[in-house]
Amino acid sequence: MPFTKKPHAFKAAINEVTLGTGDKAVTIGGENTYPFYTFDNTTKNKPVIGAEVSDIGYENEPEGYKAFFGTEDMVERAKKAAAMDEVAFICLHFAGADPFGANKSVEECIEKAKAVAAAVDKPLVIMGCKNLEKDTELFSKVSEALAGKNIVVLSAREENYKTVGASAGLAYNQKVSAESAVDINLAKQLNVLMMQLGVNPKSMVMNLGSAAAGYGYEYVASTMDRVRAAALGQNDTQLQMPVITPVSTETWAVKESVAEEADMPEWGSREERGIDMEVVTAAASLSAGSDAVILKHPESIRTIYKLIDALC
Amino acid sequence: MALKGLDIFKLTPKTNCKDCGSPTCMAFAMKVAQGAVPIEKCPHMSQDVLDQLSEATAPPMKTIEVGTGDAAHKLGGETVLFRHDKTFVSRNTFSATVCSCMSAEQIDEVLAGLKKVDYDRIGERMYVEMLYVNYAADKGADAYLDLVKKVAGLEQILILGVKDVDVAKAALELCKDKKPILNGADASNYEAMSALAKEADVVLGVSGKDLDELYDTIAAIEKTGNKKLVADVTGETVKATFANAVQLRRGAIQDGDRTCGYPSLVNLSRLVPGDAHLQAALASVFVLKYGSIIVMDSMSYAQALPLYGLRQNIFTDPQKPMRVAPGIYPMNGADENSPCAITVDFALTYFVVSGEIERSGVPINFLITDAGGYSVLTAWAAGKLSPNSITKFITEEVQDKVKSRKLILPGKVAVLKGELEAKLPDWEIIVGTNEAIELVNFLRGFDTLC
Repeated sequence: MPFTKKPHAFKAAINEVTLGTGDKAVTIGGENTYPFYTFDNTTKNKPVIGAEVSDIGYENEPEGYKAFFGTEDMVERAKKAAAMDEVAFICLHFAGADPFGANKSVEECIEKAKAVAAAVDKPLVIMGCKNLEKDTELFSKVSEALAGKNIVVLSAREENYKTVGASAGLAYNQKVSAESAVDINLAKQLNVLMMQLGVNPKSMVMNLGSAAAGYGYEYVASTMDRVRAAALGQNDTQLQMPVITPVSTETWAVKESVAEEADMPEWGSREERGIDMEVVTAAASLSAGSDAVILKHPESIRTIYKLIDALC
Repeated sequence: MALKGLDIFKLTPKTNCKDCGSPTCMAFAMKVAQGAVPIEKCPHMSQDVLDQLSEATAPPMKTIEVGTGDAAHKLGGETVLFRHDKTFVSRNTFSATVCSCMSAEQIDEVLAGLKKVDYDRIGERMYVEMLYVNYAADKGADAYLDLVKKVAGLEQILILGVKDVDVAKAALELCKDKKPILNGADASNYEAMSALAKEADVVLGVSGKDLDELYDTIAAIEKTGNKKLVADVTGETVKATFANAVQLRRGAIQDGDRTCGYPSLVNLSRLVPGDAHLQAALASVFVLKYGSIIVMDSMSYAQALPLYGLRQNIFTDPQKPMRVAPGIYPMNGADENSPCAITVDFALTYFVVSGEIERSGVPINFLITDAGGYSVLTAWAAGKLSPNSITKFITEEVQDKVKSRKLILPGKVAVLKGELEAKLPDWEIIVGTNEAIELVNFLRGFDTLC
């Protein structure tokens, strides 16, 4: 007697959200199974990869990264990343806007974003510097400057969702990511608040928080598992937004990816460590429910693309 | 099918004798139904009833033990599909691969790698627990047996990947005392292989060309009375392998099908040979979703650091947070004159805060105090992080070892400052930041002031 197959596809599904415009627009979400459970149902839209291009820190990047991009210029790097077939969208990371860091002006960031938008036809995701005030201003202005491009701003948080939601989501009809810190209740609460503000749930994505593998990742995995279970199993419409998870910003900041070979000779090449930390974390995020992951290193991007292709 | 507490109660002696440790037979029955105590705890059950019940109350997934002594490992025994439902029980093991098709240099390289990756992470030893020894038929039996001889003395548990019964028998003779896994049964040879595994008293790995064949072969072996099995779910493709792993686990736990209830083996070395990054990424998927033994080409430090960290995270019991040993952790080359910063022993707090201190580059004596494994605010609310507990820790553990008298408190417990100043008059108590992410700027500013 062979194995009794019991497909467990759900009646509810994750929302479909389209990023960008034209031929290169990409749709994420839409699935009604747990990630990669193709034996339950075919995956409507395969998970995708975004390439992070940061406005600072090029000099500290590993050799392989520099060899691939060859230039510090943000626009040129965005073009090179966009030319990769494996990359579905570009994530412009304005880390340099941090008032306690390089403190680049919002205007300067906007100019860069406009230049990239003119040079690249793949969808754009805008990531801030984690400084609340600066990010709020940046997100509002970039939504205006790139009106009609159907960008995603990453992210609205509990403290600034009103301003960011109103400008990006309502005034300029962009997509807004709602960011919460690895807690299903906080995620749901923020989604509800944004919807009460009038943001269309079909224009929202979620960033449920992230961590590098080994750094409390159990909270990330369990939060994503529970969100997916509630969205599909209980048809919780307040948690059915697709999930975009920034991976590179977490994984390239932990000591496994930062420590120089001279300090940790037994660990071997820093670049290899960084890539493995990035791909292990990205693969875990995808298996727990991310519809898109944001990565940095070209080798990581190629590896995760192969993984998605092999599993979907 | 799982029995209800009342069904079990009917079979108890109903004498409330307390010999089982529970106050009443009813309470005992309820605990058995939850799987909290084994039915054998009651000394008054007839053998008949015991057999009937132990079958019905046995967990849906068997716990299989492999290896001996310190190298012994338990596999399987899971009761839930998601860790948030309760907890995962048996963390997966990792294996490297040698094959009689490899050159002596290649084999030595893998073995050298095995010795290299061996370290401690929050009280857990991280190393490659297993070694897959693959038989290449075209190289002959002698080459394989030589290889088994070469690796039999290692501490790694061997997985003998061999489907030829005669070769398997000879290989077992060389290493059966160390309880290897004989990964050799399939639809064509299972009777002989199962007999061999039973005779040597080792766990048998079973494979099939697809899930149906694998399932049928397991069922057939169970009929011969052998239930010490591991299911090699490796299929033709990555996709088929993942489908097998998930459906088998779901069959066991969700549908209560005991034939599915065996630990799984996933052979990435066979699926994507030579691609180290892809193997690391796929291993990550199988740590989360139902790989019990994950076989790779080899294990480099680059792969080990994230994979072992991830495994330690995922197999943490959600009800028992991971804890770091209390003590003084000098960071960024701190010496006895460097200022102290204190926080709780909750592992996540430790990781986040230590990461930020490291990023700041400022030498700090990072103090971890025993706070029951809670986060800062929870520990404070539960009275586990109090002026008394901090004072005791500082006077007993820190004062003699550190000359600096500056102590940075977590911003969230700024309220403790006054009382601490009274209890530790020699110390300057400084309120730190609320969030770890603000620490870099705080410490750099602090450093300039000092």
